[in-house]
Amino acid sequence: MITIDVNGVSRQIDIEPDTPLLWVLRDVIGLTGTKFSCGIAQCGACTVHIDGAAMRSCSVPIGALDRSKVVTIEGLSPDNSHPVQRAWIEEGVPQCGYCQSGQIMAVAAFLKTFPKPTDADIDASITNICRCGTYERLRRGIHRAADLMKA
Amino acid sequence: MHGTGTVSTFSRRHFILTAASAAGGLLVGIGAAPEDARAATISNQPWNDDDYARHEIDAWIAIDPDDSILIRYQRSEMGQGSMTALPMIIAEELQCDWSKVRIEYASSTRSVRENRVYGDMFSHGSMSVRQSQKKMQQVGASARERLITAAAARWHVAASECVAAQSVVTHRPSGRTLRYGQLAAEAAKVKLAQEPAIKTTAQFTFIPRPIPRVDLVHKTDGSAKFGMDAQVPDMVFAAINACPVRGGKLKSVDESVLSGAPGVVGVVKLENAVAVVATGTFWRAKRALSRLQPEWDVGAAGSVDSAQLSAQFRAALSERMVIARNDGDVDKAMSGAVGTFEAIYETPYLSHSPMEPMNATVHLQPDRLDVWVGTQDAERALGAAARVSGLKPEQVHIHNAFLGGGFGRRDANDDIAQAIAIAKVIKRPVKLIWTREEDTRQDRFRPHAVVRFKAAAGADGMPTAWSMRVVTSSIFRTVGIPFPADRAEPPAVDCLESNGYEVPNTRVEVLLKDTHLPVWFFRAPGGNQHVFALEGFLDEIASASGIDPYLMRRKLLKGKPDWLKVLDTAAEKGDWGKPLPRGSGRGIAISTFTDSLCAQVAEVTVKPDGRLKVNRVTVALDTRHMVNPQTVAEQAEGSVIFGLTAALYGKITIKDGAAVQGNFDTYRMVRLADAPRIDVHLVPSGGDIWGGAGEPAVPPVAAAVANAIFAATGKRIRTLPIMDTDLSRST
Repeated sequence: MITIDVNGVSRQIDIEPDTPLLWVLRDVIGLTGTKFSCGIAQCGACTVHIDGAAMRSCSVPIGALDRSKVVTIEGLSPDNSHPVQRAWIEEGVPQCGYCQSGQIMAVAAFLKTFPKPTDADIDASITNICRCGTYERLRRGIHRAADLMKA
Repeated sequence: MHGTGTVSTFSRRHFILTAASAAGGLLVGIGAAPEDARAATISNQPWNDDDYARHEIDAWIAIDPDDSILIRYQRSEMGQGSMTALPMIIAEELQCDWSKVRIEYASSTRSVRENRVYGDMFSHGSMSVRQSQKKMQQVGASARERLITAAAARWHVAASECVAAQSVVTHRPSGRTLRYGQLAAEAAKVKLAQEPAIKTTAQFTFIPRPIPRVDLVHKTDGSAKFGMDAQVPDMVFAAINACPVRGGKLKSVDESVLSGAPGVVGVVKLENAVAVVATGTFWRAKRALSRLQPEWDVGAAGSVDSAQLSAQFRAALSERMVIARNDGDVDKAMSGAVGTFEAIYETPYLSHSPMEPMNATVHLQPDRLDVWVGTQDAERALGAAARVSGLKPEQVHIHNAFLGGGFGRRDANDDIAQAIAIAKVIKRPVKLIWTREEDTRQDRFRPHAVVRFKAAAGADGMPTAWSMRVVTSSIFRTVGIPFPADRAEPPAVDCLESNGYEVPNTRVEVLLKDTHLPVWFFRAPGGNQHVFALEGFLDEIASASGIDPYLMRRKLLKGKPDWLKVLDTAAEKGDWGKPLPRGSGRGIAISTFTDSLCAQVAEVTVKPDGRLKVNRVTVALDTRHMVNPQTVAEQAEGSVIFGLTAALYGKITIKDGAAVQGNFDTYRMVRLADAPRIDVHLVPSGGDIWGGAGEPAVPPVAAAVANAIFAATGKRIRTLPIMDTDLSRST
């Protein structure tokens, strides 16, 4: 039995310990905002925060997470008010939207380390794939989120 | 453990995706949105048939007593923004308060039952707006007139004395008003003697208008439901492995290795695939499937590889072809020419690779089938589901969801057919998900194409004749669209046959050579590969003639003000002709697609060691008209990235009959660090036709980049992807 805190709720998880966190979130707990796309930590659609760090949940086994704190897109803010979410809405970033939970979670963690990011910082750290190609607005969204955090 | 906190209620008529959406949770989050985003939003997706109970004016529009307006959207939302645009067109005529509008998917089941009340339901060919615009106007105008007629009857006045605006009908002489919510029940009973005339574009007051898309806030908090997010009580999970060589069959599979595997409830053998079904998580099914070692019967296709296919296609360039276009006398013009040119361009198979892999969730019962899926065509999906299940179309309910990318792939519905076949055996609701590897390798690919150009130039260096001979595969035959064999199917020659240049002697021919690989529509079919070829070849002529590539295009487009406008805009905004440091260059390209025009200028830098950076792409796009300039601009930006991925990295290699690339580690995508700055300039020229927005900015990218590389390095790229060419100075 694994005990994890997901979005502030303690969960007892009884499942094979090699099950990736992604499938525990989606299929066991029912939080479907975190997406499956590649399954090998290439694309970042499944990005969540584990003890504050952005992690690709398709490649993190639940067995390694006993007593960890997990935050998913559903737990980032109760009302879309996180600066990254606000910036995403103001810049109109999403198109199909499938990768955006992962993009937002990756950027939210990134901005804690890089509160005033340069474009080079962004290029080096935000490697999630967006097949719709929203990168132009995504980059603007990151800078805007950084500004909103300062304000 | 399983399903905690998800589905709490369940009835036969009302399938609930999640507790959150059932409680209207999709409206959560609007409070934090800026003012504009508080306008129309989606309600209640995917559609469920309980909503028949709303206060309907007709199948499209329902207005509640509190003035809230429900508009049904009959096509699909895959990121292109049409779920916002089509209701905006209705709102233009309805004269309603956009902030009170909610939007939901129309039901393909209802359309089947009610004589196709929603008409075509597909989203492809950039057609959602341009094919629905008049119909959407008529829907809105008709409802408006019925509301006005109901008000006039209430007041015992002439309808001509009443006007509608912002969801209120006003009797002009007396100033009396009635809100739409007070009139809807009566308006629903009004039969108009004749349909009202729709507005001309000059009479529009609401569109064009750049407003946030209605799905925006739901795509920032995880609440937007995609097909893969369906949750059905008692559901099991299926992972599938189809024969990697297309057309092959399953010979045998030893399932004893799965004895004791956690949660596995069955191994389903299909004619060409094996699936593992498990309870609890998809992971169990996926992991168990990976332990199977199926034996396949692959036949002769099992020895095919990319080099053979390329050689066969190139050899076929000399075979007899079907003529698509033949102006003047190319052979005569060639024979007397001062200068002649010849080149072969080649583009590979590509996988669509939407971020959401193919999936479908089905609940098959003796007299009813429910399918949760993101499909580009809910009506076609319904037909396919009925055929495979053996049920009547009216017994099939397609619950369309948001699509995690489509690009043409989500038109085929092969995932639905597989899920139904599995459900027939397992006899429980099944969620089938393709792994990324399955999604890549079992794609219906963008065709491989080879084009041989020949051209002649006059003494001034300008082309006087050109011939374009194409060898590619038939998309229509894979799809099953009947087409005469003696005519050129449009996607095989698009953008060659429809190039805008005034070259008096022009001949375009095509030979369709089918292989064992299924090919399919892929964002901007034909154009996505032929513009690279044509615009590259034209650049070769310009270079050899010593004419500036932009100016050569200007001369060839003489007398076409709309083409010149986009070309000039791209050149001017893209700083054409301004000095650049050594190792950098600009390229230009232009094309028409779906009745829109697009020109692009790319600026690249190639380092001495061959590393390429696309710094900037300037886009000029003429869609003739626009509903929502913001979503049009988004489509142009996204199209550049989509086209750039194909140009730089896109290639499906065939070895032993199967696709080699499987996941994003081998099938590379443009990421943020590779993404150029993109400047979009929208220059709608008006007129009678409406152009598409989702595709026309895809075709020019590859050519603009390849031409920029030539300007920077002198290296001419004739085969994609660009990553296969060594751009370093030493070579």
